[in-house]
Parts: sequence; C-alpha cells; structure tokens
Amino acid sequence: MLALFLFIHIFRIMPKITYISHDGKKNTVEVPVGLTVMEGALQNNIQGIDADCGGSMACATCHVYVPENWYDKLEKVQDAEQDMLDMAYEPKKNSRLSCQIIISDQLDGLEVTTPIKQT
Amino acid sequence: MIKTDAIIIGAGPTGLFAVHQLGIIGLKCEIIDNLDRAGGQCIELYPDKPIYDIPAIPECTGEELTNGLLKQVAPFKANFHLNQRVEEIKKENNLWILKTNKGNAFSAPNVIIAGGVGSFEPRKLTLKEAEKFEGSQIFYSVANKNLFQNKKISIFGGGDSALDWALELSKTNQVTLIHRRAEFRGAAHTLNEVKQKEKEGKILIKTPYNLTSVEGDKIMTGIEIKHEDGKLEKIKTDYILSFFGLIMKLGPIAEWGLNIDKKTIPVNTETFQTNKEGIFAIGDICTYPGKLKLILSGFHEGALAARACFKRAKPNETYRFEFTTASKNIHDRLGVKK
Repeated sequence: MLALFLFIHIFRIMPKITYISHDGKKNTVEVPVGLTVMEGALQNNIQGIDADCGGSMACATCHVYVPENWYDKLEKVQDAEQDMLDMAYEPKKNSRLSCQIIISDQLDGLEVTTPIKQT
Repeated sequence: MIKTDAIIIGAGPTGLFAVHQLGIIGLKCEIIDNLDRAGGQCIELYPDKPIYDIPAIPECTGEELTNGLLKQVAPFKANFHLNQRVEEIKKENNLWILKTNKGNAFSAPNVIIAGGVGSFEPRKLTLKEAEKFEGSQIFYSVANKNLFQNKKISIFGGGDSALDWALELSKTNQVTLIHRRAEFRGAAHTLNEVKQKEKEGKILIKTPYNLTSVEGDKIMTGIEIKHEDGKLEKIKTDYILSFFGLIMKLGPIAEWGLNIDKKTIPVNTETFQTNKEGIFAIGDICTYPGKLKLILSGFHEGALAARACFKRAKPNETYRFEFTTASKNIHDRLGVKK
C-alpha cells in the first residue's frame, strides 16, 4: 500500500507544456507544478528562451507568445511585466514573459510560441 | 600600455568586490566596463529594487549596494575604464594583453572576467533595412542634440528615455512619439508634460503602433507604422530615435578561446581559473557544479580568484593569509588610521 502511495506520489502526472519554435517545431515536455514556463524550457534544453536575468523580470529574454484561448486563463499581466515586454523583441498583444507564468494543473496542455530571437 | 597585476572585466558587484579582495592582499588592478558607470545589472536593471540576500544587509537597493561597494573599494584607487568593451585578448610570454574598442591597451599576468551575462548594448530596431541608416539617421542614444534643429523626428519607446527626449527635442523640432501600447511608463510629471505638449500640438503621439518599414534609398525620407488593428500610416521622418532599453550580449568574450557552456564559462572552484592559465571567471558568468547566480556567491568567487592571482603577480613572494581585523599590512592598504 505504501509502495503504491509512493508510486503515485512520485510519478504523479505533471502538466504537459508545448513549446513551439518560430518555425513551427513542437516540443512537448512535462513540467512540475510550481516551476515557471521559463524554467521548464531551461531544464529541458528547449531552444528559444534565453532568460538572461534568471527570472527577476529584468531582461525580457524569456519572451513568448501565448495563444488567445490560453492567454485569458493566465494570471493577469502586471505593470512591471508589461514594461519589460516593451523591451522585448517584437512584442505582440499576446506576449508574456515566460518567467512569470507559473505552472499549475490548470495549465496542462499550455502551448507557447517562442519569437524568432530574444535579443 | 597600462601595466598592472590584474585586469577586471565588468564593474558589477562581483567585479567591484574583486577590486577589494585584490587590494587587501596588495595587488593592483584596472577595471573595465561597457556601461558609463559602475554597478552592472544592479544599477542598470534594478537600481530601485530591493535585494534581501546580502549577508548582514537585510534590505538594500541595487544602487545602494553599488554605492556601498564603491565606498569599500575607494582606498585601493583602482582605475575605472568605463564606456568601453574589451575587444581582444592575447598572450605574450606570461602576460595577457587586452585592447578595448576605445583603443586602450592593458597588460597583466591575470585577467578576471566578471562579465555577468555579457556587456550591455542598446536594443536595435528589428527591421533589416534600418541597419543602413544606423549612425546617420537612426540613433539609439543622443550624443549631439544640436544635430536636431527644425527636423522631423520619430521617437520609438514608452519609457523615460523616449519621453524625456520627446520633450527636449520638441522645443526645436517636429516630434512624433510612437509606442506599441497606449500606456507610457515614466515619471508622472514627465507624462503630464508630454500630454500638455500633445495638446499644444508640439508632440504627436501615435499608439498603439509598431514600425513596419523605413523608406528611402540612400537617405531615409519616411517611415511606415502599423496600428494594432492593422491600419498603416506613413510619417515623414528625418531621424529615428529608438529607446527599447539595453540587452546583454556575451560579445567578444565568446571568441577568446575559452570553454563556454550556454553563455557561461566553466571554472575550477579552487582558483576560479578558466581553461586558460591566468584568466579567471567569477560571478554570473562562471559555472561549476552547484553554481548559484547570487551576488554573495560572486563575492566568494572573487576572494578565491584574487588569491590565485597573487601567485602569478608575485611569483617570488609567499602569500600569507591575514585577517582584516588584525593585519597591519591590510590596515595600511585600507588607510586605516590608528
């Protein structure tokens, strides 16, 4: 019984996040709840997210585009993030900093697209 | 050619504390940075944001930390070479020879790279055709505002730089301020002034617009901008000023023959030496198992690198560990009066 509990606990299903490159290549990985979309990319060696400042919302090099159906489900963009997005490479209406998107079970299946480049 | 014991590349907190650690063991150093002032990311990215994990300082801003470090290293009278980037590095016998893009040359047995994520450079416009007008009609900073008299100027950006220059240049020019969203981010009084100038017809504000093309062959004659809803608009323009902040670029460091792993430099954690003898890397730019990108880690790394520099700078002397509380040598170097 204990073994089963541990098994479920350790191998609990993690949310799947799909990173789409600017030219359409998809990369789906499991990212533990509580990490950010930026950290999920770095830990899985996904190209296209630089995160130069390490997640302190100070550089805009973890910029991603979020499709509309997901964008509205995310926590609202704060002023400081919006200000940083002004500095991003080709920001759009659906731009976010991936260091500010914290993975939860509700975000299972989230897709984000990385820009052509970050700097 | 400036000769010294160690050259520090990068005047962020880690580089500054390395000045201190070299200084108390009696080594001289020169410090080079591409920004116009010391402080690195602390001063450029988060001067007003509080930092809570500097030992014995429960809370301080990036600016306060920088000022504290500058005060702490003042006794060592290190020379700061700002506004310049180290372009090349080569070895002559046992010495490293460095040259900056301002033409300054340095020679030392030790080089400490405390370069963070690289040097800060202005973020350029993303349009390919903008390149050929850069430096003649497109600028990312204003070196000489006398260039702009009775001209048509399009300013891009939503922050303080864009707002301040819009105000300043609107005195003698026709200014259009263009931003990708309706909100500007700047000091309240600046924003009010800009709005006032808009009412007076001195500044034309275009939001939410993005730049789509620049027009002209040898000389830029105008630009085309696009509204969020897709509507295009042409604006006659003599000069573009673009203020999209600074980005960090590893730059020439990547060409120096150092091992590089994901924009960071692997080091030996005993000395913080890289794969090149006499070149050390500390702070965010170095990597090793368990590396944490914290300012306090950078301080520790600088302390060890400084001791390793001693052996190369003074091969005939023996390094002796001393405490700042008790050492007369250190007190003399700090200028402590008893």
